[in-house]
Amino acid sequence: MANIEIDGKHYEVKEGENLLEAILGLGLDLPYFCWHPAMGSVGSCRQCAIKVYQDENDTRGKILMGCMTPAKDGMRIGLEEEQVSDFRDHCIEVTMANHPHDCPVCEEGGECHLQDVTIMSEHTTRRYRGKKKTYENQYLGPCINHEMNRCITCYRCVRFYKDYAGGKDLAAMASRENTYFGRHEDGCLESIFSGNLVEVCPTGVFTDKTLARSYNRKWDLQTAPSICQGCSLGCNIAPAERQGKIKRITNRYHGEINGYFICDKGRFAYDHINSDLRLRDCFVENEKTSYDEALQHTVKLIGEAGSCIGFGSEKASMEENLLLKALVGSKNFCSGMPAAREQQLKEVLNIYKNARTELISLKALEACDCILVLGEDLMASAPRMALSVRQATRNLSFELADQTRIPRWQDEAVRTLAQNERSPLIMATVSGSELDEIASEKIHAAPAQLTAFGFAVAASLEGKTCLPEIAETLAGELTEKAKSVAAQLRTAKKPLIIGGCSLNSLALIQACGQIATALSRARSNGTVFKTPVSFVLPEVNSLGLALLLDDHTLKLEEAVQKGSEKAAIFLRADIYKHLPFEVAEKMFSSISSGISFSELPNRTADKCKINFPAASFVEQEGTVVNNEGRAQRYFEVYAQANPSIKEGWRNLLNIAKGIQGSLAQAKPLAELACFDDVSHFVRNSAPVFSTWDQVAPDSKFRIAGMKIPRQPHRYSGRTSLQANIKVAENKAPEDSDSPLGFTMEGAPTQRPPALNALTWSPGWNSNEAINKFQDEIGGHLRGGDPGVLLLREKQGEDLQFSFTKAQSAELVAVSQSRLFDSCELTVLSAALVQRADIRVAMLGEATAHKLGIQDGDLINIKVGKDGISLPALIDRSVPENLVSIPNDIHTQNELSAALLPAPCQIVRAVS
Amino acid sequence: MNLPLTGRIKPDNSVLNLKEYQAAHGYEALKKALAMPPNDVVNMVKDANLRGRGGAGFNTGLKWSFVPQGEQSATPKYLVCNADEMEPGTFKDRWLMECDPHQLIEGMAISAYAIQASVAYLFLRADYNLSAKVLQQAIDDAYAANLLGDNILGTNYNLKFYLHTSAGRYICGEETALINSLEGRRANPRAKPPFPQVSGLFGKPTVVNNVETFCNIPHIIQHGVDWYKNLGIGEDAGTKLYGVSGKVKTPGCWELPIGTSVREILEKHAGGMQDGLKLKGFLPGGGSTDFLTEEHLDLAMDYGTIQKAGSRMGTGTMIILDDKTCPIGMVLNLTRFFAQESCGWCTPCRNGLPFVRQLLTDIENGKGRKEDLDTLLEYCGFMGPGNTYCALAPGAAEPIQSSLKYFKDDYLEHIEKGCCPYKH
Amino acid sequence: MSELIHAVSLEENAHVPGELDPLTEQEREEIEHEMTHYPFKQAATIEALKVVQKHQGWVSDGKVKAIAQILDVSPEEVDGVATFYNKIYRRPVGETVIAVCDSVSCWVMGYEGLMSHACEKLKVQPGQTSADGRFTLLPTPCLGACDKGPALMFGEELVTNVTGEEFDKLVK
Ligand SMILES: Cc1cc2nc3c(=O)[nH]c(=O)nc-3n(C[C@H](O)[C@H](O)[C@H](O)COP(=O)(O)O)c2cc1C
Ligand code: SF4
Ligand code: FES
Repeated sequence: MANIEIDGKHYEVKEGENLLEAILGLGLDLPYFCWHPAMGSVGSCRQCAIKVYQDENDTRGKILMGCMTPAKDGMRIGLEEEQVSDFRDHCIEVTMANHPHDCPVCEEGGECHLQDVTIMSEHTTRRYRGKKKTYENQYLGPCINHEMNRCITCYRCVRFYKDYAGGKDLAAMASRENTYFGRHEDGCLESIFSGNLVEVCPTGVFTDKTLARSYNRKWDLQTAPSICQGCSLGCNIAPAERQGKIKRITNRYHGEINGYFICDKGRFAYDHINSDLRLRDCFVENEKTSYDEALQHTVKLIGEAGSCIGFGSEKASMEENLLLKALVGSKNFCSGMPAAREQQLKEVLNIYKNARTELISLKALEACDCILVLGEDLMASAPRMALSVRQATRNLSFELADQTRIPRWQDEAVRTLAQNERSPLIMATVSGSELDEIASEKIHAAPAQLTAFGFAVAASLEGKTCLPEIAETLAGELTEKAKSVAAQLRTAKKPLIIGGCSLNSLALIQACGQIATALSRARSNGTVFKTPVSFVLPEVNSLGLALLLDDHTLKLEEAVQKGSEKAAIFLRADIYKHLPFEVAEKMFSSISSGISFSELPNRTADKCKINFPAASFVEQEGTVVNNEGRAQRYFEVYAQANPSIKEGWRNLLNIAKGIQGSLAQAKPLAELACFDDVSHFVRNSAPVFSTWDQVAPDSKFRIAGMKIPRQPHRYSGRTSLQANIKVAENKAPEDSDSPLGFTMEGAPTQRPPALNALTWSPGWNSNEAINKFQDEIGGHLRGGDPGVLLLREKQGEDLQFSFTKAQSAELVAVSQSRLFDSCELTVLSAALVQRADIRVAMLGEATAHKLGIQDGDLINIKVGKDGISLPALIDRSVPENLVSIPNDIHTQNELSAALLPAPCQIVRAVS
Repeated sequence: MNLPLTGRIKPDNSVLNLKEYQAAHGYEALKKALAMPPNDVVNMVKDANLRGRGGAGFNTGLKWSFVPQGEQSATPKYLVCNADEMEPGTFKDRWLMECDPHQLIEGMAISAYAIQASVAYLFLRADYNLSAKVLQQAIDDAYAANLLGDNILGTNYNLKFYLHTSAGRYICGEETALINSLEGRRANPRAKPPFPQVSGLFGKPTVVNNVETFCNIPHIIQHGVDWYKNLGIGEDAGTKLYGVSGKVKTPGCWELPIGTSVREILEKHAGGMQDGLKLKGFLPGGGSTDFLTEEHLDLAMDYGTIQKAGSRMGTGTMIILDDKTCPIGMVLNLTRFFAQESCGWCTPCRNGLPFVRQLLTDIENGKGRKEDLDTLLEYCGFMGPGNTYCALAPGAAEPIQSSLKYFKDDYLEHIEKGCCPYKH
Repeated sequence: MSELIHAVSLEENAHVPGELDPLTEQEREEIEHEMTHYPFKQAATIEALKVVQKHQGWVSDGKVKAIAQILDVSPEEVDGVATFYNKIYRRPVGETVIAVCDSVSCWVMGYEGLMSHACEKLKVQPGQTSADGRFTLLPTPCLGACDKGPALMFGEELVTNVTGEEFDKLVK
């Protein structure tokens, strides 16, 4: 700790921390541009100048950049001294000399860091008499707009895009006052993190093109805390609405998960909510009905059947799944997942809960200095994790910096010191991944070989030679690599194993488990070493759903059998995706009483007798459990006006009320009246949920007797928003299920993090205001990062997993993770769908040669009775005897990716 | 007179080839140095008080001593020669390179040995095509003669030596920008600390010195510290290349004892002002130094004396302002240069210099206002030392701030008359 | 389901990237030689640009792409460097570039007169190429020939103490 004096007052700050960070951390204001809490300091903008006196004997002092000066005990600092405030004023004066002052037509207006700093630095009069420069802008694709005239040359964009996120196609061009940030030529920004430019750029150079389609100011947007539904990581987001439409999604800071950044899927995949394709009405046997009528029919149907099968979903909230399970009874509940996936998730839970493992957050991941990724193309299956893995590979450079006494936050210096030196990252995947470029070891092999590789690593960790059947599966070279990987894991400060479900392989997950066990054994001496592990799961609430599985849970095929005799509820579940087409078709020919809750049309819903439109995640509250076991709450962003679209949990309670007479287990549900009741029900349902109340404050929570407004205090047009319908102002909708209100009145500050989606503080209208909400800069949110870890401290045991040799097949089809066309979320995003990778089946050279296939040939791939035609792409990274098929929505239509990997046949289509 | 640096140069300025250089005792110093412990070489140079000739005047041996040595220290280490010579008004290194390339190569080889570098780069400015040709030939010859490369002169010392020709931009002369440029990047300077001696080229320990600095090294090694110190007449050691440009009778560049007076350089060597012209002021050491005037003519051209007078010796090449040339026009020309050569990294320089350029343009064109003079002065402070990322902008401020001191009447006349009195 | 898939249309102004202009055998060889001088390929960026310029007179977009490929970096990375340095021409130039020093000593010695003479003679503005494609006239910072100003570079060659007549002889 260092005692420093700022403008006559004494403070304690961390020794060696840069003074800008220290000052902001103390809650004081100091303007800045180029520094970014996640990206460190480079000292280029000079806006954070302060006067520093080294000690009490120093009477002259010196102007120094806050962001480039480490805090030292005894320092005295002048923030407000005339000399420095003048300096900062000159700095902003010249910064603004060429700025177009086009705030009224700029999308950044009202949440612009440049506006904030201009005011903060007290720049009010223009003295520059020269002409302003103008630039030509570039077309940067469907997501990001480019307006270079607004640029203030802080270099943040390239520092984020290139240095932090590993993007290639954005650079600083030209120089002096002509410095230009752009691409080599017009074209779509390629990085899947490009959307963060919108938030990283302190002014309006990079703005959200999807928001611009129908623009509103920050202060006119209604928001609520939410959780991204794009993958299993549970990044915190703030979707924003006006007039019943989601207008954009921004990052919502979470100190343990997403920090300052989310991926482009999380940011731009929201059109599905506003889509014309949304189901909006209830149907009974294809007849449009009112909600109540549909409900009556539902009750009658279930009543007559005497029981009901419930199909849950990894995409549905904990509340929905749990209520469904309670409603139909454990014996009639099916997760809606294919059996194989259920097994995988159970194994993941087993490893998390029972093995000597440590579950780690993305923040903790960034501190790991040796990472083994087994079978996951993280760029597609968990993009935000890929970004964290990238940061983790920098740990070696931080160590070098420590040795050379360069502060870790001095970004450029650390990077130039380390050049290409990186901490070990071992990428063991089926085919090339973008992370390969920073990997110390790249292994491309078939799933069965990856499994064998994992077991070989485990064996080596325990000092054993690996089993003959493992050695047999592995090429000799991989056996050697396994040894060196084991050695690296053993000596690393903090090793990490990343696995997942993308390859649909239980054995691969078990291999991760075995490595964890072996590593724990190898590294425990005296104290137990718990191996950090992280599994990437298929969907937003996969782990939550897995927590509901028990011995009674019906397997999908079983449930299908049983369902044909009874009524069946399909909760946000398109089971066509999880079964061979023929099986699904057959099932629906026998199921006569299907009831579906769905947001968008799908084949399951098509076949159901009763159809309810489902609320999307921004239209209801719910809780999801991420891949780390963190339960997180999302809230209604706006009140859905359509009476047919009700919250998922409410639908189930309504059904329970109706059928309590005929279904005994529905009775306790019928007594639940509101979301708080549902939460308590969840809490009481199992010990693992005992801390459920801490996920987020309940609906009775108030600050000084006030609710928390969803609308900013400057929200405008409330009285006239609906004047085209009715001149009198509508009463704001009530929200009795959460402490949030659909108004602008209420508690202005001090909101607990789980309830706050608005990053604003006096003088800080841009998202940089987040520094006012953190316990330390870049640290946790004050009051604790939202969510509750359900799987906590445990002793763990020596779990053993055994290797079973996979059946060999001549040719195996595996599924290729996709980011921008993997599901409805993204294909309905007009912007993202244009950015999807081309659809091709990838094969290695040898395989292609053997089959007589050439690049671009149209090939038919048959898996069981299903099949798909795709153009072939010969990719050297694909191992032999493998064909990798895009797991995108088109494929899912024709061939269930849930069945892969599977033996397949390929024939060249005659053209 | 003792002219160690230029004494060997032929009167017709044609190249001294390897044979000729060796005949004039060339490479004897290298042989001698290679027989010494590297640290002794460092100490000798330190004791000789050789101060960097690139402009900043830092003790060369002292700079070398910051390179971490020993088993644990990072390798490889690099030596870089700063031959970017682009400071306006400076034309000294060119002479040394075009006429006596081996002297530089020998100096670099000794220096590389002193810091235990295994690779040396000679960073040459883009336009010096003749230097490039001459140097490449000399490097090839030195390699062939086992004066560079592996196992130099049978001593087990290896040095790879490469000529890198630049692609322009004054900022490449700033040593950390130069390093970035050598790495194939944009020539933005780097933050200091860390200094290049600790983390330089490719993140490894690196020493950057000026051409003229290196050329001194063989002579120090060969003739010793005392001999070298005695070459100077003032407090500094050695000789210095001094140059004069502008409207004098015989502009040029001469090697003289360091500490020679301005008057002697100007009147004796440069022949005094052209007929009909009077001296109005001069920039003592290149475009980024403060103006001095007639009253400073008798000062010694050494680092301390010129600094005390409120300017810098810089590169030691003076630019003369005569009484028929507009001082504001001259300052404007310099400011244009610096604004154009700004790398664009930090705000005061990138946007401050164009701001000042605008004010000066207005004043020169008769559109200035009285309050502009205060604004100019404010801006000189704003771009001053420590306020920017590197020394380019502070250097740019020097002629401006001193012109406001010495030529204020000219400024006022421009503003009052609404035109440039030198043109009308 | 199929509705979902067809809800999508491609944006109209989607951009077609320019073509790569492959390096000639000689360019490739020379660049590869320069690469041996450095521990990382990328460090040879400036040399690579200069090699191409030596052979082509300037560096086109297509060549930027080719250089990026051989150095294993993105075209952006190469272009960021190419556009930084003033002696890399990213637009075509005439057969000979005439670069007139516009810095302080030459200014004192009257380079402005020389420059306007050159403009008149070649019928161009600074930065332009003469109609016959023979000359491009550029201003250049201090050439290090301050004692012999005004000075200019005529292609590779330094010419000092240039007068109008001498200039006329040069461009004859
Ligand atoms: C903008 C700028 C340009 C410079 N240009 C040169 C130059 O062309 N040649 C040079 O030797 N030093 C130049 N320097 C000084 C170098 O940064 C560095 O101090 C010098 O190369 C060190 O060598 P020395 O100690 O031998 O003088 C420049 C400095 C700045 C700030
Ligand atoms: S002062 Fe700043 S902008 Fe100017 S050259 Fe130096 S680093 Fe670049
Ligand atoms: S924030 Fe400190 S210099 Fe930019």
